[in-house]
Amino acid sequence: MKKTSVKAVAGNGLLDRRSFLMSGIALSASCSLGPLAASASKPGGVSSQSISESFPEWMKVPGHAATEYGQPSAHESQVRRHLQKSAPETSIFSIWHTPIENQRGIITPSGLHFTVNHNGIPDIAPQRHVLMIHGLVERPLKFDVDSLMLYPMVSNIHFLECAGNTASNAVSLTSLDQSAQELFGQISGSEWTGIPLKHLFKEAGIKASAKWVIAEGADGGSHSRSIPLDKLLDDAIIALYQNGERIRPSQGYPMRLFVPGWEGNLNIKWLHRLEVTDQPAYTKDESGLYSDILEDGKIQRFSFHMDVKSLITHPSGRQLLPEKRGFYEISGLAWSGYGKIKLVEVSADGGKTWARAHIESPILPKSLTRFSMPWRWNGTDAILLSRATDEAGRVQPTRDQWRAQHASYSFNHYNGIQAWHISSSGVVENCYV
Amino acid sequence: MFDRCYVCARMLNTVAVTLLAGKASYVVLLFGALLLGIQTTLLRAEDTPQLLTPELGEPLHPSDIENYEITIFPNGKNLPEGQGTVAQGEVLYQTQCAMCHGKKGIEGPAARLAGSDGWFSFRDPLRVLRIRKHPVLLISVGSMWPFATTIFDYIRRAMPHQAPKSLNNDEVYALTAYILHLNDLLNTATQLDKHSILEINMPGKARSVIAD
Ligand code: HEC
Repeated sequence: MKKTSVKAVAGNGLLDRRSFLMSGIALSASCSLGPLAASASKPGGVSSQSISESFPEWMKVPGHAATEYGQPSAHESQVRRHLQKSAPETSIFSIWHTPIENQRGIITPSGLHFTVNHNGIPDIAPQRHVLMIHGLVERPLKFDVDSLMLYPMVSNIHFLECAGNTASNAVSLTSLDQSAQELFGQISGSEWTGIPLKHLFKEAGIKASAKWVIAEGADGGSHSRSIPLDKLLDDAIIALYQNGERIRPSQGYPMRLFVPGWEGNLNIKWLHRLEVTDQPAYTKDESGLYSDILEDGKIQRFSFHMDVKSLITHPSGRQLLPEKRGFYEISGLAWSGYGKIKLVEVSADGGKTWARAHIESPILPKSLTRFSMPWRWNGTDAILLSRATDEAGRVQPTRDQWRAQHASYSFNHYNGIQAWHISSSGVVENCYV
Repeated sequence: MFDRCYVCARMLNTVAVTLLAGKASYVVLLFGALLLGIQTTLLRAEDTPQLLTPELGEPLHPSDIENYEITIFPNGKNLPEGQGTVAQGEVLYQTQCAMCHGKKGIEGPAARLAGSDGWFSFRDPLRVLRIRKHPVLLISVGSMWPFATTIFDYIRRAMPHQAPKSLNNDEVYALTAYILHLNDLLNTATQLDKHSILEINMPGKARSVIAD
């Protein structure tokens, strides 16, 4: 093995991002999580004894059968979505956060994908579901689900984020002691498969005066949004599959609109109607709840993009670092609604010094992107930050910079740099810097 | 099984039609690919000059869509006949809406329908306490929504929350009138209908800027 030295790249223990990739670093001593079940007896030592003694039970009996639809290990039952608290009167409108700090890689398991349901999840009979395209088109059309299943499809890995993700860090005057799931749980990543909308629009024949499309769901509240036609012709799809299986009811079964990089609320679930128009409708969610109130009191409408953003997931809020003065791999997620992630920098001293993190492949446009950084914690107070830059050159602002542009109570599209404070006892807590 | 056969039959139909149209080579590719069940990759050839799809959309007739065209536009498009008054709206509001939105439309727990947005308001001395409990009360229909047509549109499609689409057009006009009245935007004498609703000047409109 090649011998290498571990090089410090920034203050407070940040190490060269290639350190973990290089061979032979003596990290194992502090990283191993408990000794393996040790046993003095040597397998096969005495011929009259069976080898059984030294093996755990599960190696001495046949295992059980698989099931038709697999579930995670019973030992992982703590990894669950959490329901955001609400009053009984408002509970039909439910917001479920994904356990983002338990995820590795860039794909969120479908059953853990965050889900916001303004009027609950409808039970749709797919045989009776119809997608209608009308308005400024030459040929108003309707499609049943079976027909749509025969269209050419594309698959892409994308993030989906609610405009209100991390809202409390935007508006709360004191930093709430919350987990990454509570603060950042309205972001997830999936492979979405479906029909490019441009195929269906071409079939219907878009008229020259068309500029907008009002997309509507078949849920109790007939959720609707106005979306610029150009975006839908560019890269939007009618998603029929998520992570290889038909999308789940909480994600819009039998079909949803998927609008890569744009706020979650536009990705209409249970999609049943696309009305092509020359004007936006100013629907409920583009009139108040999903708009941005600017610093001068103006109300900014149609801010569709989810801007460049990142967070460190390992370690993150409400966790405990077990090893004082240990080696840790800092790991996190970065994403941008404008394209690919180009750079992620990490700081361990509250932003005084920064170093470039390792970005893991694949690096895909409008997708969660994993970064990592080796770190030797010296056991004293530390503040971990991550700052992402995308290929469009957009850089994550500080919390103060973001707030300077918004009214103090504006909570959508917050993408300020996240800070985790680590106390000398290893407690990780959300903080403002 | 029946469903699949039906779909296959329709596919064959499309194939026949397209053959007549003289796109034979694509059709052979399309049909073969479908049989193999790998249509996705084959049809996505990057250099295909024209999009090739089965074109299975059926004509949507005006009678199919009539009842579904519920989106009301700011210029009044799709507003139905009907009318309602503030007084009628008040009765409906107190029996069907107040339990969630509060007697005055400001108390919550559900979204604030009246008054200003933000942390403070002299007209609602308890505002800060309410917001602590229900942060969404930071925003308000009366101060932020740019068009009264949206109030009609949203109540008719989605409210009351536990019984969406249960109100008739007159009732929706009356409730819209009452919410406007709570915001000092409609006097008790005016009847709201598809014409007068377009006269309302919502404060949220002048505050609007469009994101770039
Ligand atoms: C069971 C509780 C409940 C009842 C009853 C109810 N609402 Fe609502 N209402 C809500 C909730 C929750 C929301 C927020 C929904 C959302 O954001 O998707 C809401 C939202 C609204 C909004 C939009 C507010 C905004 O800022 O986006 C209006 C307008 C409204 N309701 C009017 C009414 C009217 C009128 C009635 C009576 C006919 C009514 N509501 C009855 C719970 C209720």
